[in-house]
Amino acid sequence: MFDVAPSGEPAVWAPFGPRLAAARVTLLSSAGLHVEGEQKAFDLERERVEPTWGDPSFRVIPRAHGGLAMSHLHVNNADILTDNEVALPVRALDSLVADGIVGASSDQHISVMGYQGDLRGWRDTTVPAIVEVLRAQGTDGVVLAPV
Amino acid sequence: MSVLARLIEAAGIATVIVTMMPAVSAALGAPRIVGVEFPFGHPFGAPGDGATQRAVLDTAVRVLAGAATSGTRVDVDLEWPQDARAAYKSWQPPEPSPIVAMMLNARER
Repeated sequence: MFDVAPSGEPAVWAPFGPRLAAARVTLLSSAGLHVEGEQKAFDLERERVEPTWGDPSFRVIPRAHGGLAMSHLHVNNADILTDNEVALPVRALDSLVADGIVGASSDQHISVMGYQGDLRGWRDTTVPAIVEVLRAQGTDGVVLAPV
Repeated sequence: MSVLARLIEAAGIATVIVTMMPAVSAALGAPRIVGVEFPFGHPFGAPGDGATQRAVLDTAVRVLAGAATSGTRVDVDLEWPQDARAAYKSWQPPEPSPIVAMMLNARER
């Protein structure tokens, strides 16, 4: 459709390789999710002191997580905390796998915190590390969902 | 997140972005876009609404697998089950974010 995005950036394209029914899919949420009691929360204290800064790190969320906490100051957290599927639909993905529509859910999904004052942290550090996780678990495609 | 999608895609892994702002994702050059007419903070629907959550994800994975060209956009034909004013309230944080508070303070000075 676009050879060049309206922003002037050249189009990017990675062909989707396998049939969907044979593909492994990973979810990536920007809700600032972490596994409650096991992982460190995203750093909101520094953002409160430096409002133009956002924590650029990421968390690996196991498919069978036991409940997620959320660190995001720019949206109401209540509904995502009530039902994590609103932002990271691991059960919905499992149901698509059970029905043979998707081949597999990856064992690890990903969360970042979407408010970024500066994209260098994501670009230089976070994305290469996320790509390493995706490659290691044989991810064929990623469903990203900003909040 | 559109930037994140582009960076992951550039590393060779296909992506689709499910977003409340599909026109912005298109402008930023996200390769596959699924638009939802939902309030911020609710990309897959309302809490407890597993049917909508699955329907949105189902659309997303089919666009992931089936889109033929970069810039493909499909909007989900589902309506948010509240009026616009209630939906607006449902996404607002209980207090202004630090950057918004900073801008409000600057305006007051």
